[in-house]
Amino acid sequence: MAAALIELAGIERIFQLGDSAVHALRCLQLSIAAGEYVAVMGPSGSGKSTLLNLLGLLDRPNAGTYHLEGRDVTTLSAEEQARVRSERIGFVFQSFHLVPRLTAAENIALPMILAGIAPAQRTQRVVQTLRDYGLENRADHRPDQLSGGQRQRVAIARATIMQPAVILADEPTGNLDRATGEEVMRLLEALNGHGVTLIVVTHDQALGARARRQLLMEDGALEHDSASPAGGKDANDANDACALPT
Amino acid sequence: MRTPDLIRFARGAATGNPLRTSLLVLAMAIGVAAVVVLTALGDGARRYVVNEFSSIGSNLVIVLPGRSQTGGFNPGNAVTSTPRDLTIDDAQALLRAKAVHRAAPLAVGTSEISFAGKLREVMVVGTTAEFIDVRRLALAQGRFLPVGDWRRGVSEAVIGAKIRDEIFGRESALGQLVRVGDRRFRIVGVLASSGQGLGMNTDELVIVPVALAQAMFNSNTLFRILVEANGREAIEPAKAQVTEIIKQRHDGEEDVTIITQDAVLATFDRLLGTMTLAVAGIAAISLAVAGILVMNVMLVSVAQRTAEIGLLKALGATGATIRNAFLTEAAMLSVAGALLGFVLGQAGAALIRQLYPVYPAFPPDWAVLAALGTALVTGVLFGVLPASQAARLDPVQSLSRR
Repeated sequence: MAAALIELAGIERIFQLGDSAVHALRCLQLSIAAGEYVAVMGPSGSGKSTLLNLLGLLDRPNAGTYHLEGRDVTTLSAEEQARVRSERIGFVFQSFHLVPRLTAAENIALPMILAGIAPAQRTQRVVQTLRDYGLENRADHRPDQLSGGQRQRVAIARATIMQPAVILADEPTGNLDRATGEEVMRLLEALNGHGVTLIVVTHDQALGARARRQLLMEDGALEHDSASPAGGKDANDANDACALPT
Repeated sequence: MRTPDLIRFARGAATGNPLRTSLLVLAMAIGVAAVVVLTALGDGARRYVVNEFSSIGSNLVIVLPGRSQTGGFNPGNAVTSTPRDLTIDDAQALLRAKAVHRAAPLAVGTSEISFAGKLREVMVVGTTAEFIDVRRLALAQGRFLPVGDWRRGVSEAVIGAKIRDEIFGRESALGQLVRVGDRRFRIVGVLASSGQGLGMNTDELVIVPVALAQAMFNSNTLFRILVEANGREAIEPAKAQVTEIIKQRHDGEEDVTIITQDAVLATFDRLLGTMTLAVAGIAAISLAVAGILVMNVMLVSVAQRTAEIGLLKALGATGATIRNAFLTEAAMLSVAGALLGFVLGQAGAALIRQLYPVYPAFPPDWAVLAALGTALVTGVLFGVLPASQAARLDPVQSLSRR
């Protein structure tokens, strides 16, 4: 695990709710190699989403370090983190999060527009991506003119257009029926087959079982890691070593 | 983010909510239109007054007998209490001055005009042929007083339009003999109706040669001397030269008052210019109100588009990009409002000109530029707060809101 893509060490995330401090993540140790397919599971409030936000650099830990591709990203400025998000991380959301006034093609081009890529190159890549995802004749449709499966395909196309190293999917099939959900998962797994690291947060046991590695979270801590059956125990041992702020 | 993309993105966001956008543009437009129309009214008033004054003859320098006592106590006044009179010779002497183009002496008195049993009291002005040019008057019929020796004069008179109507009615006035005071004059011309100017109504004047008027009133003094300078820039030299000549002729005493029309004009110009400025200031308040509206609408827009902002951040937008996008949107709305307001304001001013053709309601350039500039600055300024609020939004919380 020397060339780990993601390396978390001693991560703490504490939310202040009124006077009480809630430990959303406590003393998390995690290492994910490039090209892995990981499912993060656990009950509501177990810290899955917080973990995903942290991995996506949308949130900062209160303590601990996060190395992405060998680089410590916790100490980066907000601008530098935005750059990392733009170039290395793709998000897929449960509720798609497409911009309603933009067409499918424009939604897919959005990350490239934000990154300042030249229009000619943009068009070329969008056309290619639309073809790859079977959306050629939906290019000029707005999100409200698309089916749920098509919307999620547009969202996945948008997440991959910048060729990220890792895709973070938060309940990607949560708003879809079984058949389209299956189709979307196959799409994501195909991406993983091409070497993109895939991390899926889900409630769904069946969905989680498809992943090559399962992480089970409970109460902000890693309960079980299928890659190292003792992993959960390791984490608990490390828990004692962690200097808890509270 | 590239600038064209930024502009296209902001335009898309603005047109995405047409009601909000059109209300905001309308508010901004009303502010700008108010400034344009009100300054057009104010500046129109200024131009109107200036035009009216110019119509009594431009480049005019007026010589009055006697020193106006504005400089406090003057020992000279204590010694010679009665100022010397202005005479026809004085007036003629002024023609020697280089900056003087024309001069017309003026002797004024009241008398009676009678014709065919009709009698009317009139103001009689004794002057010379130059008067009509200096005062820029127009003739309706006949000709003006003949050019000739100022100290003599033929018994010919020119009458105002109202006198003609009252004395002659439908008869032709030209060539008729009338009695003015104890003398008989032949009517050679009728002035075109023009109305008030320089304190006398030219419609009710009887104009006769200056020498005859002086004889009629049994005096050799003049009421005024009207001097026309060679040009606008010659007014000050003309004033100085006239003063110098009169001083020489009056034993070194400066016992006349010289007013330039320019000074009167300048005062009015300043006065009404200030008024226009004040009106523009009042109108600018509506621009400030529009600015606050921009802020309000943008704040609502930020609240409505929280999820979108969170998404943009997740897709790699920096705080600066988000801020620029919202600022661009505010600026675009302001520009659109300002342009619409400019068009509306110009249309309003054109309408006023159409309804009142004598009123030159043109908005001054400075006002138009200031209105457009203020609209832009307020729009962007009031856009800063919502934009930075959007830039500061926490992506996790924004994304969790639907």
